[in-house]
Amino acid sequence: MSEAIITDTPDADRSGADSGAVVPVADEDVVVDHPVDEHGAGDHAAHMVTSTGLSNNKLAMWLFLGSECLLFGGLISTYMLYRGRHTGSPGPAQLWDIPLTSVSSFVLLMSSLTMVLAVSAAQQRDDRLTTLWLSVTALLGATFVGAQVYEFTSFYHEGLGFTTSLFSSSFYTLTGFHGIHVTIGIIMLMALVGIISRSKVPGDKAEVVELIGLYWHFVDIVWIVIFTLVYLIPA
Amino acid sequence: MTTTERHTDHSAPTGHASPDDVHEHKPNSFYIKVAAALAIVTGVEVGLYYLDLGKLFLPTLLVLMVVKFVTVVSLFMHLRFDNRIFSWLFYSGLFLAVFVYLAALMTFRFFDGS
Repeated sequence: MSEAIITDTPDADRSGADSGAVVPVADEDVVVDHPVDEHGAGDHAAHMVTSTGLSNNKLAMWLFLGSECLLFGGLISTYMLYRGRHTGSPGPAQLWDIPLTSVSSFVLLMSSLTMVLAVSAAQQRDDRLTTLWLSVTALLGATFVGAQVYEFTSFYHEGLGFTTSLFSSSFYTLTGFHGIHVTIGIIMLMALVGIISRSKVPGDKAEVVELIGLYWHFVDIVWIVIFTLVYLIPA
Repeated sequence: MTTTERHTDHSAPTGHASPDDVHEHKPNSFYIKVAAALAIVTGVEVGLYYLDLGKLFLPTLLVLMVVKFVTVVSLFMHLRFDNRIFSWLFYSGLFLAVFVYLAALMTFRFFDGS
């Protein structure tokens, strides 16, 4: 009767390293197994062998974030170009509410802290803390978006519509795109909380949390740039 | 029949053999200290807005912005501890964006009729 070696080490023979793959080796059966958490979700997706030796999901996320730099670079430079074009309509000096924007910037910055704590909890396989920190992150993100909606509403009441001037168009487009990104991040966070509590996370739970965390931190660093270039540096 | 079980640690987030790909796990207190530092820098930025630093205002704000940006990317996004390929991917996009749009802005400056 043949022997079976059950291994889940990355250093082991990687041929057929799929979850539960049985690879005949001489007179032994090598069962490449991957840890299954208490809910049975399993980690096999993150441990697939890739040509780079890195997680393809993570590689794709970093590539996506690199391309997002080009998107926001275009929006920011367009704003920088047109921020002085508001003849006869309200401009930055009449509109900006720096204390409010500073508080919302602080809130978004702190959401990056709670996100990194969620990633840390996920890596320690602590579902309760992970969902807690993810929920707090989503709440802080929602606070930021709420402040942005309030800001847009007050600007509109002061006479700054989307087509009022080149300044207003470029400002609303830039900050609106960022707000949409934050909103998408909140939706992803809440969806993740839902699937973690239902134990339906596909693949490595810690990696899924980390990937959404990367997106969230990116949204934060874009705001770091917007806060300085748009709000703090006068036109 | 004999069965040998060899289970090894899967604590590395990506679970691969490359040592470069293994995160250096930091305690939560480390991240809290980093966030506190970032909050202080943000406070300094806002304070500078209300002060009159003259010619120093713009470069100081830009330096603080870059410090915050790099801190979040390196420590919160773990780029400092992660595989260098990720850094190359991200910073390539970032520097390409900065280069292209600085060139575009300069072009507008040259040809805007002034």
